Amino acid sequence: MDNLAADRIRQEIESNDVVLYMKGSPVFPQCGFSAAVVQVLSHLSVKFKGVDVLQDPGLRQGVKEFSNWPTIPQLYVKGEFVGGCDIVREMAESGELETFLVEKGVETEPAA
Amino acid sequence: MTVQQSIQTKIAAALAPSHLEVVNESHMHSVPPGSESHFRVVVVSDRFEGLPLVRRHQTVNRILEGEFEDGLHALSMQTLTGAEWHDRGGRTRASPACRGGGKAD
Repeated sequence: MDNLAADRIRQEIESNDVVLYMKGSPVFPQCGFSAAVVQVLSHLSVKFKGVDVLQDPGLRQGVKEFSNWPTIPQLYVKGEFVGGCDIVREMAESGELETFLVEKGVETEPAA
Repeated sequence: MTVQQSIQTKIAAALAPSHLEVVNESHMHSVPPGSESHFRVVVVSDRFEGLPLVRRHQTVNRILEGEFEDGLHALSMQTLTGAEWHDRGGRTRASPACRGGGKAD
């Protein structure tokens, strides 16, 4: 795979607690699946870095190979791959996501 | 064989599901009519017993590796054991609406 992309991803997920590889930006998601994950993270008031893979074809392909996951979005927490849209939504619904983030030491302030 | 048929056949063969839904949702996205790019699957199989969600999804992704290589673009999935499916009362979840970006390639 593209080593440049792999280096960039490694650096991003190590230097940011929560990274979301997505289509579009957190403010203007360009895909319903990406938007759904942004919505979940925003609801939990999680600070995250959104990375728009549409800006970089090498990254778009690279992140799929890096995580061995064929689709976008992809969520990383503390350097660990969590999953895509379905997993994030399911974990959020069961309350597991919040527990997981707390365990990982990520600050969340759920909306009252 | 259509992509839909091949998804159906491969999952059925690999996971012996007690319930399997394969829904072509491509029409909900910015792709030409008749496309087979976006699918939603519901797989109920006891092979998922003891596996965390991410491993279940990876299992299905691996089964459909060839389809992804051939242009399958989005796969929304629910992966449940028979007991979990029973507990949910057979309810499934809708996919999010398209936002137009990043057309299937």
